[in-house]
Amino acid sequence: MGLYQYEITDIKKTERIDRLIANLFAKMPEIESARARLITESYKETENEPMIIRRAKAFAHILENIPIIIRDDELVVGSSTIAPRGCQTYPEFSYEWLEAEFDTVATRSADPFYISEEAKREIREADRYWKGKTTSELATAYMEPETLTAMEHNMFTPGNYFYNGVGHVTVQYEKVLAIGYEGIRAEAAKLLSECDLGDGNYARKARFLQAVIISCDAVIAYAGRYASLAKELASKCGDAARRAELLQISANCSKVPAKGAETFYEACQSFWFVQQLLQLESSGHSISPGRFDQYMYPYYEADRKKGTLSKGFAQELIDCIWVKLNDLNKCRDAASAEGFAGYSLFQNLIAGGQNGDGVDVTNDLSFMTIQASMHVQLPQPSFSVRVWNGTPHEFLIKAAELTRTGVGLPAYYNDEVIIPALINRGLTLKDAREYNIIGCVEPQKAGKTEGWHDAAFFNMCRPMELVFSQGKDKGVQVGVVTKPIEEMTEFEEFYDAYKAQMNYMIKLLVNADNAIDVAHAERCPLPFLSCMVDDCMNRGLSVQEGGAIYNFTGPQGFGVANMADALYAVKTLVFDEHKATLKEFKEAMATNYGKGLTKEMVGDMTAQIASGLKAAGKEIGEKEITAIMKTVIETSEMPAVKENGERLLKLIDGVPKFGNDIPEVDAFARDVAYTYTRPLQEYKNPRGGIYQAGLYPVSANVPLGAQTGATPDGRLAGTPVADGVSPSAGKDVNGPTAAANSVARLDHYIASNGTLFNQKFHPSALSGREGLEKFVALIRAYFDQKGSHMQFNVVSRETLLDAQKNPEKYKHLVVRVAGYSALFTTLSRSLQDDIINRTEQGFGA
Amino acid sequence: MEDYKQTKGRIFDIQKFSIHDGDGIRTIVFLKGCVLRCRWCCNPESQEYKIQTMIVAGEPKVIGRDVTVEEVMKTVEQDRPYYYRSGGGLTLSGGESLCQPGFARDLLRAAKDRGINTAMESMACAKYEVIESILPYLDHYLLDIKHMNPAKHKEFTGKSNELMLENAKKIARSGRTRLSIRIPVIPTFNDSVEEIRAIAKYARELGNVEKVHLLPYHRLGQDKYDGLGREYLMKDIVPPAPGHMEKLRKAAEMESGLNCQIGG
Repeated sequence: MGLYQYEITDIKKTERIDRLIANLFAKMPEIESARARLITESYKETENEPMIIRRAKAFAHILENIPIIIRDDELVVGSSTIAPRGCQTYPEFSYEWLEAEFDTVATRSADPFYISEEAKREIREADRYWKGKTTSELATAYMEPETLTAMEHNMFTPGNYFYNGVGHVTVQYEKVLAIGYEGIRAEAAKLLSECDLGDGNYARKARFLQAVIISCDAVIAYAGRYASLAKELASKCGDAARRAELLQISANCSKVPAKGAETFYEACQSFWFVQQLLQLESSGHSISPGRFDQYMYPYYEADRKKGTLSKGFAQELIDCIWVKLNDLNKCRDAASAEGFAGYSLFQNLIAGGQNGDGVDVTNDLSFMTIQASMHVQLPQPSFSVRVWNGTPHEFLIKAAELTRTGVGLPAYYNDEVIIPALINRGLTLKDAREYNIIGCVEPQKAGKTEGWHDAAFFNMCRPMELVFSQGKDKGVQVGVVTKPIEEMTEFEEFYDAYKAQMNYMIKLLVNADNAIDVAHAERCPLPFLSCMVDDCMNRGLSVQEGGAIYNFTGPQGFGVANMADALYAVKTLVFDEHKATLKEFKEAMATNYGKGLTKEMVGDMTAQIASGLKAAGKEIGEKEITAIMKTVIETSEMPAVKENGERLLKLIDGVPKFGNDIPEVDAFARDVAYTYTRPLQEYKNPRGGIYQAGLYPVSANVPLGAQTGATPDGRLAGTPVADGVSPSAGKDVNGPTAAANSVARLDHYIASNGTLFNQKFHPSALSGREGLEKFVALIRAYFDQKGSHMQFNVVSRETLLDAQKNPEKYKHLVVRVAGYSALFTTLSRSLQDDIINRTEQGFGA
Repeated sequence: MEDYKQTKGRIFDIQKFSIHDGDGIRTIVFLKGCVLRCRWCCNPESQEYKIQTMIVAGEPKVIGRDVTVEEVMKTVEQDRPYYYRSGGGLTLSGGESLCQPGFARDLLRAAKDRGINTAMESMACAKYEVIESILPYLDHYLLDIKHMNPAKHKEFTGKSNELMLENAKKIARSGRTRLSIRIPVIPTFNDSVEEIRAIAKYARELGNVEKVHLLPYHRLGQDKYDGLGREYLMKDIVPPAPGHMEKLRKAAEMESGLNCQIGG
């Protein structure tokens, strides 16, 4: 096989795309109630049936009855809501938060949604059924009390799957494109006919396969509804051109995804139904299209060879899909909305890279996917490119051109790190070479993996706080009892105490995730998704029950830079240079370095003192509490306290920091990252897979930083924690190359669930062909040093400040938040500030 | 002998990831001390050789430190991966690097010894013998020519231009280094088409010139004058408009027959 051919000429955007986008963003997104009503109706009728069948029947009931729409100008159809960018609700996972937030969801700062009174009523009505039946309630019942306590104290947050579906998967799109759901249905029917009633796993397998058949039929019928609707609209359409389009849409939908696609257009429509309906089956996000340029290529190539497809039309269809990816939406609870800000669904789509034989397979479509992201300038898909030594230079230049537009895309991934990292986790060489990215930064092999990639946020700063309190938080014993800091005489003792707190919290995190995992398997197995993941059909198990070939759980840690700087500062100032004591650190942290206490801090400290007094046998009433609070506030404002804080901050400031290309500090950071990545990989999940760490925060470093007290790196209470593996904000003062060198010194192979390195560039850094060349060189050089991922914000500080002031002028301004791009104006104020304050790299002209 | 790595010099900054001063991604070492006193100078802290205190963001900051070639090279070498991927390397700037000829030469030599590409931004304001001693280690000379009129040159920079123009000829003739001409475009000083054209003509006559850069005046150095307790004489000068820059670029290109670009 030779190299794939590609052309790099720009293709123009059609006016249709602008109209589609304008229509999509005309209104605030809206919550609709149809799904909640329909799933409840179905569940009520299937009470005593096997869960997998109940799920399939509910899916079928939804698809049969949910209102459908073909929007003006659409060429590729299929919408989960009547309102553009609307969302349905998923009460089977959790519902209470939404009812509690009914009246604030339209006015909250992060990701607001409109909801009508009628929808509220209908959802409330449906929700009554779900009390005691959700995955989140069952998960809670599976967790141990100490785990629940740790979660209450914000040691880690498995909120994602605790309250929602899992998502985070890439299915076998190529299989649906090739044989359609009739083909998959036939496979299931054949396997079912081969089952023997006497088999040990018959009961489960037979019902699973029947559930697959029900699901396939439901999807085929759903597409049929669109075929009829398109025909009906065509008959009423006065415009001949649009009428022809509608008739073509009708023809497409009556053929795919029932049967295999034969043209590129059919393949596009078939792809879309898969993508849309996966998200209607469960509320999971990060359902990632993966290697679109690869599985779509045969259809493109065949049409091009036949001469039946122009490049312009192919581009328009791809652009239409890009717009559609922004039509899907999801309403999260207010706290999660802060953590995943930007209405993002993290549908990661990746271009370029190698095939299973290690040959570069960058093709025409790889370039056209970049072009599509340039055309639509929208946050979805979360667009990524794969980079290795064999990547064509022109492909990276084109990707850099996209970066230069300021849309925050693409993210760049290093094959040379990810492939060996995946092999180390048990993937075959061939599978590893075919990886794509899920969600933010998580690599896996499509169609074979249930990766549970976004399994929790683990804040590495919180165990550090516990070291200073012997495991107590707000007076409650949350962590293990470690040696009092006053008695520590060597740095190793201090570091060991941190490791002990880490190890314990990691174990509790595993308990939480595994409890949630079991709850999903019991209450929400997903037959439709599972029929497109190997080896579910042969095993007769859903992915939730362990049907996938590769099973992982990947909770992500963040705050590496803070902890590296903190431990290094303690080592230097306390144990090497004896310029400060741990007791002084403790006092300074408790009083926020004399910079004033937040309300939460006063409350926490009061609770801590009160519980201490209670334990000593004192009676504590309201009067005593008030007195303690007063003392806490007064103490924190004493001149001696402020002086101690100032002095320590100055000392800490003088200690070298991670991110400045100082080998000794960076080696230290590498070791600190191991305190999370190494213990974690020893654990197993209920699907027979292992845990693997990621080092990335999505955007949770801001809200979870707000729950974190002051840390020994001089970070003040409530301020954001460092983002991903990036240096602490403003601490990398030697420019992008120094920061990249430092970050590259971390072990990216062991963090096989992905690492995230953010850099922000001023557009001047990428001006002209020369600017693009240098930018590409920067990426190449970081990757030469075995960094795993890199992403960029290219906007000026002034632009962002102006957008904060005049959001109406910047409705479309996209920034790269963490693992994804989001509309800047939809982010909360604090997150906006964080983005503005991140060191702006790329000085120069 | 490794002695040259112990040569000492005085610098005031090292800037990594410089992408507007020579090929590729470069590390710029700023040498302290200059022979000229250009009114528009954006690095006024570079002019004096002596170590100074400048107020930066309200805090006094010591400007200038003495370092050895070896120490500087340690920092320069950190960005090797980026030089390799981009064709970048080390650039000496200032001040006028030639004010510390031994140090400049040994820095460039150390870089060459380690396979790192070298460039130097300089006005060529020194005896030619000094320049000649550096050329064996210099891949790319980024030569400033500010004005062709000696009187006006003297008025605005403190020195006449004969020596520099003569050196430019010798450097070009030597053929031992790549040569680019950089023209700072300063309103009220040299921003007329005629003045730029005169420099462009000279560049053509030099021969061996690779490219001409027009560097538009900017005010980024203004705060530094306050920080040094000096008066900024260019307060009322507005940076040249992009349209005007383009006009000058075209004129320079026509006159010199060379590739001219705006910016470094």
